[in-house]
Amino acid sequence: MTDVLFWIMSGISVLSAWRVFRTDSMVRAAYWLMVSFAAVAVILVLLSAEFLGLVLLLMLAGEMTIMAVFMVMFMMNPAGLNPMTMVHQHRAAIAAGVLSFLGLGAVGVFGRFPAGVSFATRDVTARLGMELLNDSMLIFQTAGVTLLATMIGALAIASRRGRYGLADEDSIEPAVENSQNAGEGPPSTEKGSA
Amino acid sequence: MTVETLLLVAAALFGIGVYGALSQQSFVMIMMGLELMLSGAILATGTLWAMAAGGTPKGQLLAIVLVTVMAVEMAIGFALVVNVYRIRKADITEKLKTLRG
Repeated sequence: MTDVLFWIMSGISVLSAWRVFRTDSMVRAAYWLMVSFAAVAVILVLLSAEFLGLVLLLMLAGEMTIMAVFMVMFMMNPAGLNPMTMVHQHRAAIAAGVLSFLGLGAVGVFGRFPAGVSFATRDVTARLGMELLNDSMLIFQTAGVTLLATMIGALAIASRRGRYGLADEDSIEPAVENSQNAGEGPPSTEKGSA
Repeated sequence: MTVETLLLVAAALFGIGVYGALSQQSFVMIMMGLELMLSGAILATGTLWAMAAGGTPKGQLLAIVLVTVMAVEMAIGFALVVNVYRIRKADITEKLKTLRG
């Protein structure tokens, strides 16, 4: 039963991960990614890492919704009405992906791991909770503070108006006519003053 | 469901993520590739925790750190995408030839 569910879920996760980069619609790509993550979360629950799987699921549900909204906001072709291949260095990327799969898979297949294949017991989540709030509290707290710093940093980066005026006021992309104007700037002002 | 098969699935997710992060032009699709790579890493960590490390609760902390990394990457990435789009009107990598703001 567990094996059947594992094979189904791993198939779903890998196939939907592949579909992410093969669909024309970016919103659909976001939702394929969510399906892939959900399957990974189910596999984690099968491995009796329930806390981890459910945290992953909760986080990804919100994250992918935000991602879909971002797609609609920013992308020129969010609905997939036109066929779309927006790729560069395609062959090198395929080669890199296949190579990394082969390398990591070889580690998985040929590596030697401790033989103690022991599924964790039932109360693993309770024990994890005690661990997180006792000995390993520093790690947990560090993760929380990191997330807080990330929120502040993301707001600081994304906010339009910074502390010293508009964030994009003096940061227009340097164009050709701009540099010419800059070169001819001083003479024209001299003429104007004369 | 053995260590080998689980690690193979994780490697497949990571490989697809590498392909996506290297080949896509849109910033958000590149972030999707990074997320896939991280999900492969989380799956491998959970595998080794459950099947090789004996399932002690300390082993899950690395995976919790990975989940945090995933959230941080997403938030900062989206903030950077918003800023780049606002300033340079760029939503694909080909429109960003220089790093100068």
